[in-house]
Amino acid sequence: MAPKQTPSQTVGPFFAYGLTPEQYGYPLASIAGANLAGSDVHGERIRIEGRVLDGEDNPVPDAMIEIWQADGRGRYAHPLDARGSNTGFKGFGRVGTGTDPELRFVFDTVKPGAVDGRQAPHVNVVVLMRGLLLHAYTRIYFSDEAEANARDPVLAAVPPERRSTLVAQREASPGGVVYRFDIRMQGEAETVFFDV
Amino acid sequence: MPVSYAPRDWSSQPRSIDPAYKSTALRGPTKPLIPIPQSLSELTGPVYGHDSVGPLDPDLIRNGRRDAEPLGERIIVTGRVLDEAGRPVPNALVEVWQANSSGRYIHATDQHDAPIDPNFFGGGRCATDAEGRYRFLTVKPGAYPWGNHANAWRPNHIHFSLFGPSFLTRLVTQMYFPGDPLLALDPIYLSVPPGARERLVSRFSIDVTEPGYALGYEFDIVLRGRRETPMED
Repeated sequence: MAPKQTPSQTVGPFFAYGLTPEQYGYPLASIAGANLAGSDVHGERIRIEGRVLDGEDNPVPDAMIEIWQADGRGRYAHPLDARGSNTGFKGFGRVGTGTDPELRFVFDTVKPGAVDGRQAPHVNVVVLMRGLLLHAYTRIYFSDEAEANARDPVLAAVPPERRSTLVAQREASPGGVVYRFDIRMQGEAETVFFDV
Repeated sequence: MPVSYAPRDWSSQPRSIDPAYKSTALRGPTKPLIPIPQSLSELTGPVYGHDSVGPLDPDLIRNGRRDAEPLGERIIVTGRVLDEAGRPVPNALVEVWQANSSGRYIHATDQHDAPIDPNFFGGGRCATDAEGRYRFLTVKPGAYPWGNHANAWRPNHIHFSLFGPSFLTRLVTQMYFPGDPLLALDPIYLSVPPGARERLVSRFSIDVTEPGYALGYEFDIVLRGRRETPMED
């Protein structure tokens, strides 16, 4: 008999020393963190920051956000992407919301290029936290890509009034370009989560 | 592209909001998930394997040791990571974290009044071999109380995190121990439908057990499987 999928369980409140140890000051090397782009990585440097908000609009202090993205040329560092990511860019980041004074997640990365002729530039996101029994999938799009976003097949599958929950707002700050992207777990403006 | 992945098996997954598990009330999404096609963004995923694992990472008995062995019952936890066709998933990173034998996490926010073991850290990782097999050494984690309801206790468990070959195969779960009387009372375990939740319970194995050293438990993990059908273009 074919085996069946192992069910998901919550990441719980105490993931930090196992999954994000360096960020939280535990003596174990992290496999990934907040900084995706070393100095030799090609592309526009950006920061992505936001909070995870619960159904009462309170910021969640024990969420973990993972991002997976293409490099500045739209290539994934994965064997299935035959074009090859040739920039030394791994494309994966992982951050807990428990160390920032404002309970934000903050990633320093490069803006991904378009991965194919159809999809607008985007970052793939997994959301995990205590109280979330199954991780949630979402995407980050970019507010300065309005034309590409208008043609994007994933955004097209989303009811128009909810698309804005997937678009990070670009702001110029003294430190560089920042995209703000809050993740709302519930409510009127609940972030769109995907069945993929 | 010749690859796509089978959908999530919703009959095996917990509900987004489960009244018995109180933290879900304000954190579980309430709107229906929106189906999207599987593109290169979903079919690829972070690649981590043996090169992400340090020599002591799979050995929780030694990786937090200062001057003595950690306290508790030594155990071996091993199993295979498979897809839904029963094919092994090789070179897959398996990350684990757990409480010590007293039921206390090293995590700074764990306030449970049970002793920290100065010789036990509780976090580790290993990677699967060509047959999809992983193996680590640890001590059996203790049960601990939590605030979900009056006299609530979590069963003994070990947290697992896996990527598998794509962003779609991501899995975070918990492994339990056979015969634990707390399972029947635990809202997190019970959040998974009957018939599926039993897959989260490891099996005691006398074959894995090492004489004079440690009891053995087996826990196989099944990730979403590939389909060989062409993707919609």
